[in-house]
Amino acid sequence: MTRQAPAPTAAHTTTAALALGDDALVLSHRLGEWMGHAPVLEEEVALANIALDLLGQARILLSMAGDEDDLAYLREERAFRNVQLVEQPNGDFAHTIARQLYFSTYQHLLYDRLAAGRSPFAGLAAKAVKEVAYHRDHAEQWALRLGDGTDVAHERMRRACTALWRFTGEMFRPLDGLDLDPAGLEPDWLESVGGILGRAGLALPEGPRTGAWTAGAGREGLHTESFGRMLAEMQHLHRSHPGATW
Amino acid sequence: MATAAAHQTARTHGNAGQEGGIADETYQRVFDATVAADERIEPRDWMPDAYRATLVRQIAQHAHSEIIGMQPEANWITRAPSLRRKAILMAKVQDEAGHGLYLYSAAETLGASREDLLDKLHTGRQKYSSIFNYPTLTWADVGAIGWLVDGAAITNQVPLCRCSYGPYARAMVRVCKEESFHQRQGYELLLALSRGTPEQHAMAQDAVDRWWWPSLMMFGPPDDESAHSAQSMAWKIKRHSNDELRRRFVDICVPQAESLGLTLPDPDLKWNEERGHYDFGPIDWTEFKEVLKGNGPCNEQRITQRKRAHDEGAWVREAAAAYAAKHSPRTEVEQA
Repeated sequence: MTRQAPAPTAAHTTTAALALGDDALVLSHRLGEWMGHAPVLEEEVALANIALDLLGQARILLSMAGDEDDLAYLREERAFRNVQLVEQPNGDFAHTIARQLYFSTYQHLLYDRLAAGRSPFAGLAAKAVKEVAYHRDHAEQWALRLGDGTDVAHERMRRACTALWRFTGEMFRPLDGLDLDPAGLEPDWLESVGGILGRAGLALPEGPRTGAWTAGAGREGLHTESFGRMLAEMQHLHRSHPGATW
Repeated sequence: MATAAAHQTARTHGNAGQEGGIADETYQRVFDATVAADERIEPRDWMPDAYRATLVRQIAQHAHSEIIGMQPEANWITRAPSLRRKAILMAKVQDEAGHGLYLYSAAETLGASREDLLDKLHTGRQKYSSIFNYPTLTWADVGAIGWLVDGAAITNQVPLCRCSYGPYARAMVRVCKEESFHQRQGYELLLALSRGTPEQHAMAQDAVDRWWWPSLMMFGPPDDESAHSAQSMAWKIKRHSNDELRRRFVDICVPQAESLGLTLPDPDLKWNEERGHYDFGPIDWTEFKEVLKGNGPCNEQRITQRKRAHDEGAWVREAAAAYAAKHSPRTEVEQA
């Protein structure tokens, strides 16, 4: 943030890099909270693997905008640009899987398009799209198992999909610095997520896809209540030792 | 397990097992000769019941240690002070889950089941390494665990790469490679702290002060009090005595502590020219026994968290099983 580039195009790139980097950073952090708590050992490995991929993406994206650690550890809540979806608390496993399904499907469509373009994000996207395809597959496989497993799991998955639905609209708002309009990804996203939920015996939730608040949402630095607490935990050690290297 | 053992024996040796004592003696001779020749015992080979039981216990407790050992380090994932350190720590904890998986697989080759072993862990009928009952109070503890705890684990485990039971030995080769990497990362973390600000240096020293003695206890009781040692060495499951490995570890750590610029909390620690080893002070075996009995600082917390993860995950495992039953009719028929 302190290294604001002068050229408008670079500034736009910074805006997009921060937004996408914050998405990956925050979701990675949430997944890291699962470690030691997963329902089965294989999921300890899988969730950590996804968290690591996302953290790797975050580091590249934040470095495009400045110093990765300054940006991660020294910005306050109102300066973060991630969508509200990724900061939602883990909840139960169904909640985590619904969040993964919504977000990884979006990220896959986005990176697939960016990888084909000529923007500064093309290189990162070409590498990350392979990781994200795996994340999407993982979320899909679990959505099917939870939706079409037992009655208990079905109900939990249905509730999770509904609870997170209001955060999905934000992903398709315009984002400065991208050479594409995220709104263009929306039909494919609806078809993909709808198809998976359909095969899981679930349907796309009804109801609004954004909160009714004109002040905006995560991309404008307006977050949900749990986010500040998440940052407090994430940043406290780094902030306690100003200027130290680790 | 007894059933599985009998089944495997029958598969390998036809009906010879029915001939009773004489046949068992023959098998015992083949087994002894295999061990004496430093060859590997494999899952389908005949083996003494006590050898099988000892290995199941040891491998299971090793696996349990990997998964309980995720907790003290995962405690710092959300607070790691740089993104690079956070990535390293996440990768390490992920590796530990993977090691747990290898080791449960190795135990399963002996006829145990992962589910049953986990149940034994959750109900306190099987143990895990006493070291993981200590708390991680500062970021430097993550480095101290890497350097000292993983260092002690490697000292213990490298000889296990030549253990007489093939699947365990092979698991150890993979585990040791990754552990060595973690150990170097832990050392490097402490080095960065030691050379950092005065506060960081103090944090590193404090962590080493707290982890040094518990790390020495990882090698188990002294040789004259070690219940299983003699038999395990005869079977070549174990290659060196507890005290011998502990001595080797101290000899390795002292110069490393010096190059870290940190001290070890033992006023009796000094080089013994005559023995060619470092002398060190007495270990508090009362503390060791209390921790093993469940009275360490985190015993209750560790098992409670493990059980909670398992219990709260039951509906997920049930959903996966129900889905598999619905969508893989052939598997269902085979299992029936």
